[in-house]
Amino acid sequence: MKRLLKLIAKRWVTYTLGFVALVSAIVLDMYNPYYFGEIIDRVIMNGELAYMRTALLALAVITFGRAVLGYAKEYMFDISSSKVIVDLRKKLFDHIQRLSFTFFDKNNTGELMSRIKEDTDNIMHAICYGIMLTLEQIIYFVVAAVILFIINWKLALISLLTMPLIEYVVIKLERQVGMQYEKISDQRAALNTTAQENIAGVRVVKAFGREKHEILKFLRQNEENYKINYDLVKSFAKYNPMIEFLSNLVLVFVITAGGYLVIGEEMSLGTLVAFSNYIWMLIWPLRMMGWLSSVVAQCVASVKKIDKLFEEEPDIKNCPEPKMPEKICGHVEFRDVCFDYDGVSVLKDINIDAKPGATIAIMGMTGAGKSTLINLIGRYYDCTSGSVFFDGIGVKEMDLAELRRNVSVVMQDTFLFSDTIEANIKFGAGEVSDEVFMAACRDAMVEEFVSQMPEGYRTVIGERGIGLSGGQKQRISIARALVRDAKVLIMDDSTSALDMETEHAIQRAMDRRKGFTCFIIAHRVSAVKNADEILYFEDGRIVERGTHEELLRLRGRYYETYREQYRDYVEALEKEVV
Amino acid sequence: MPINIVREDEELKQSLNITIIRRLLSYLKPYMGAVIRTLLLMAAVIVVELFNPYMMKLGIDKYIAEGDWKNLFLIGGVMIIVNIVAVVCSRLRMLIMGRVSNSILLTIRQQLYSHIQKLSFSFFDSRPTGKILARIIGDVNSLNDVFANSVTSLVPELVKISAVVVIMMLMNYRLGLVALATLPFMLVTFFFISTVSRKRWQTHRKKSSNLNAFTHEDFSGIRVVQSFAAEQETSSTFLQLCNEWRDSFVRAVRINDFFWPTVEMSWGIGSILVFWFGASMIGTGTITPGLLVAFTSYVSMFWQPIMNISNFYNQLVTNMSGAERIFEILDIDPDIKDRQDAKPLPEIKGDVSFRNVTFGYDEGQQVLKDVSFDVSAGQTIALVGSTGAGKTTVANLISRFYEVTSGEVLIDGYNVNDVTLESLRSQIGVMPQDTFLFSTTIMENIRYGKLDATDEEVIEAAKAVSAHEFIMKFEKGYDTEVNERGTRLSAGQRQLIAFARALLADPRILILDEATASIDTHTERLVQQGIKKLLEGRTSFVIAHRLSTIRNADRIMVVEEGGIVESGTHEELIKLKGQYYNLYTSQFKFLNDEGEAS
Ligand SMILES: Nc1ncnc2c1ncn2[C@@H]1O[C@H](COP(=O)(O)OP(=O)(O)OP(=O)(O)O)[C@@H](O)[C@H]1O
Ligand SMILES: Nc1ncnc2c1ncn2[C@@H]1O[C@H](COP(=O)(O)OP(=O)(O)OP(=O)(O)O)[C@@H](O)[C@H]1O
Ligand SMILES: [Mg+2]
Ligand SMILES: [Mg+2]
Repeated sequence: MKRLLKLIAKRWVTYTLGFVALVSAIVLDMYNPYYFGEIIDRVIMNGELAYMRTALLALAVITFGRAVLGYAKEYMFDISSSKVIVDLRKKLFDHIQRLSFTFFDKNNTGELMSRIKEDTDNIMHAICYGIMLTLEQIIYFVVAAVILFIINWKLALISLLTMPLIEYVVIKLERQVGMQYEKISDQRAALNTTAQENIAGVRVVKAFGREKHEILKFLRQNEENYKINYDLVKSFAKYNPMIEFLSNLVLVFVITAGGYLVIGEEMSLGTLVAFSNYIWMLIWPLRMMGWLSSVVAQCVASVKKIDKLFEEEPDIKNCPEPKMPEKICGHVEFRDVCFDYDGVSVLKDINIDAKPGATIAIMGMTGAGKSTLINLIGRYYDCTSGSVFFDGIGVKEMDLAELRRNVSVVMQDTFLFSDTIEANIKFGAGEVSDEVFMAACRDAMVEEFVSQMPEGYRTVIGERGIGLSGGQKQRISIARALVRDAKVLIMDDSTSALDMETEHAIQRAMDRRKGFTCFIIAHRVSAVKNADEILYFEDGRIVERGTHEELLRLRGRYYETYREQYRDYVEALEKEVV
Repeated sequence: MPINIVREDEELKQSLNITIIRRLLSYLKPYMGAVIRTLLLMAAVIVVELFNPYMMKLGIDKYIAEGDWKNLFLIGGVMIIVNIVAVVCSRLRMLIMGRVSNSILLTIRQQLYSHIQKLSFSFFDSRPTGKILARIIGDVNSLNDVFANSVTSLVPELVKISAVVVIMMLMNYRLGLVALATLPFMLVTFFFISTVSRKRWQTHRKKSSNLNAFTHEDFSGIRVVQSFAAEQETSSTFLQLCNEWRDSFVRAVRINDFFWPTVEMSWGIGSILVFWFGASMIGTGTITPGLLVAFTSYVSMFWQPIMNISNFYNQLVTNMSGAERIFEILDIDPDIKDRQDAKPLPEIKGDVSFRNVTFGYDEGQQVLKDVSFDVSAGQTIALVGSTGAGKTTVANLISRFYEVTSGEVLIDGYNVNDVTLESLRSQIGVMPQDTFLFSTTIMENIRYGKLDATDEEVIEAAKAVSAHEFIMKFEKGYDTEVNERGTRLSAGQRQLIAFARALLADPRILILDEATASIDTHTERLVQQGIKKLLEGRTSFVIAHRLSTIRNADRIMVVEEGGIVESGTHEELIKLKGQYYNLYTSQFKFLNDEGEAS
């Protein structure tokens, strides 16, 4: 809430302009009945035709003034609130982007989208119309109350008698709908998440012909959404008419108590008539209270949701006084590294020393912890114990962005943006010269297929790279990593969808590039055998390590894999030879 | 199929206001009874509204002036009772209308969602998820108030207006015409405002949708964004999109905010005219001063409802673009749907044939060229070939995810285009190249292959692909939540789950597109042993790059440049010394080659 108020305060100029327009319009509005009365009394009833011109002119000026001020008021509130919302969204977006992988493991994209979009929309509604109308109604109410007190303070007191009651009902309403709005906000996020997942997974849905199942799943959410929205209507139906009734009760008070006063000759009849004319100015704001409080409640509910996100602290925080190695050479060292996800141990006592320019290959069982290991280098997660060093400095002491800029990753899950191929390859790399770009594309074998596309690198690809084959996507993500020319390159199973020939060509190109430390995770022996050190992982431990020859001699896991992949070939070749 | 990227506005065909409004109103039809009840209740409330000032006047003018205690309190009592009736009426009205408008939203949203489920891949290929979501959620929500207010404000206000107009005309038709003189001005201005602002609101919705799409893409790719330290870049794109969103909003309200001033002006000038002409008419003695006074009070009674109606109209104009975007999707005819005379595919044996199949994703481009082959039931077919050759495409055509450009795909002699989609796809199990898991438990994910499978069946399938072991290592076993897209699991584990899911479907035809690409050799061998039995008697298509995995296939087909260049068993193809032989030996060659190099 504080955050929002600060952002609103930042836009005080336009808000004040809007407020001034609002007040001036009300002031003008007060003159309207006066001239109306004058015209009726003096011109029409008394025939003072000379006055007519003045009065009508005044009315014309008032009308025009009100129109202009009314426009200014709405426009000012509109632009101020939209500015506030842009600020808020930007802040929220930046905040979410800073959160670490752990957060994204647990929160669905659909929900986050809903917070950034729907919840801020709700807030916008409140800080535009909500504030505008509240101010307006307060002013009307105060003015009316003052006038009424001036006319007759006793009667004014009596007519305000229902105020505490109304206040009570409004508070109850606000509390109830506040909770309901929170539920609605969550439900909307759930709806968003369900739909999001369905569309993201549409290929699976269709492959299994599960459209009906999905429709039913959504129907349940949709009905739940209906239910809580209808509950909200029920609260309104319960309290709003009550508020209206209580405000109308003021009328009854006025005529009975007023009658009493008049009959007791404490007040003149004329005063009562005047009083009853102004009483409407008091009643309208009262009636609006229900609506206004619900706008406030909705805003507060959304602010709460957003504040909860703001309260999330990134697990991985930049070190307050980051150190940088004097020269970046790409020396990566793991010392006694252990890691666990939520208490479940995944890596145990890992020691690796990757000298600058070395190639470390990692093999091992599915789920052994290979991807987890390399996630520690770019500090996507922090190790539980032990530490990872980059050029002699612990990664926790380095500037996060600087560290990540020096570590280039090809992730196991290829993620491409819906943009041109060129933009994808240059993603996050800043300025890239054509030579570097073309070299990366050639080395990653991207050039090979892009050159055949009619639009070349300007070809637009769909979400996550739709429109490309599996291997093409992987090659683009390799090129994306190569273009950055970082000192450390990590390739997590990044040739799995490539045919052997292409894989081989890429390996060759990598050998030619050299000059960077390379971590390669792969399942094919052909991809790892030239590495300076091969690590074989099992259950979060390195069970075998050494060069290709050393490991073959060991006759362990690695050897077994080798035999499995090549025995047939050796035999076949032998047969061929024979 | 041009791809719409996040930052680009969607194209939207323009439709007439009136068609959209009529279509929106048609949703009210099933609720006519409720609408009528609402109107009756509204009438009761309006009567009370009018009754209150009247009673006040009566009380003051008559009883107080006369000092009549009893009747004064009587009036007070009557007012209380009448207002209690009003409370009950408005309560009922709100409940009924709340139910109606929320039910309509439910209907529209469900209709939209169900329709989207029917659309084919080309629809999803060409637009970002975030933009589709924007329609299902944001655009539908924007209609929230439109329905409720269409009944509660439009009808009663129209009644009020007509009543007042009739009264005014009866009192003095010339003065009546004068009072209405500014109405045409207002209507013309409204027309102008709404035409312009509608377009601008439409743009605003598009910008809003872009923003949604960007957020979606950024958060789903957050791991890439962060690992490339590209937060600054994406953040500035976000800001730019936000500003575009804001600018479009400001552009829209700049016009839209003229609504109120227009009504104000028309009202004010209308009153002035009435005074002006009224005074001169009194001068000529055509009307009495009393009549003019009464007349002016009717003038305000005339404009008040107009104010409310304009408010509704304003709301309608603002939100119509939301409706338009919804209807646009509802009007898209899926490219791939059941033919009119489509019959369900009977239980199949599993023969698959391609007859001169030519196919391209986009017009003018050919991915598959004149492909023909026959596979008889129970065979295991391996598809190999370099990346981008068209293997996945072949698989896509069997399930009819896309339709062939020419030629035909036959299953058991039935053309896949002539049978219902559901009967076809439910007999084919596919494991797509990109693994996708839902953010639910492992159990539910596997069960997606066969919704009524028992836990035992699920576990059986998991055991077959040797996933059981690692699943049981998790604290919660099969009840482990796998998070969005299964990120809680390693890539290989995800593939195993998806594999189990495809197996559980118990299909006659099984398509495994790189099913074990991210799985280590040891596990892979276990998987192969595990599924051997399960694959017996099924037709299976196996796409793989690791040739060791497909060595035992009944037939290996080599796909190159969109055609099948070789086909036969491993031994036959080796003897042929063609493409396959090259592929096959190259692996070994590379091994040696580099061995020497190092
Ligand atoms: N975000 C996470 N939260 C909790 N556990 C996780 C998470 N990510 C991975 N794990 C678990 O940690 C273990 C190691 O996973 P990791 O992704 O490192 O395996 P991997 O060696 O890369 O396997 P693969 O060869 O299949 O890619 C697995 O058992 C996995 O289930
Ligand atoms: N949805 C699509 N829209 C347009 N073009 C596509 C689409 N999907 C694939 N293509 C193109 O069709 C060609 C064949 O792609 P396909 O996915 O069939 O290759 P593949 O043989 O499966 O390759 P890989 O081994 O890399 O997965 C490629 O050039 C690819 O760019
Ligand atoms: Mg991995
Ligand atoms: Mg493929």
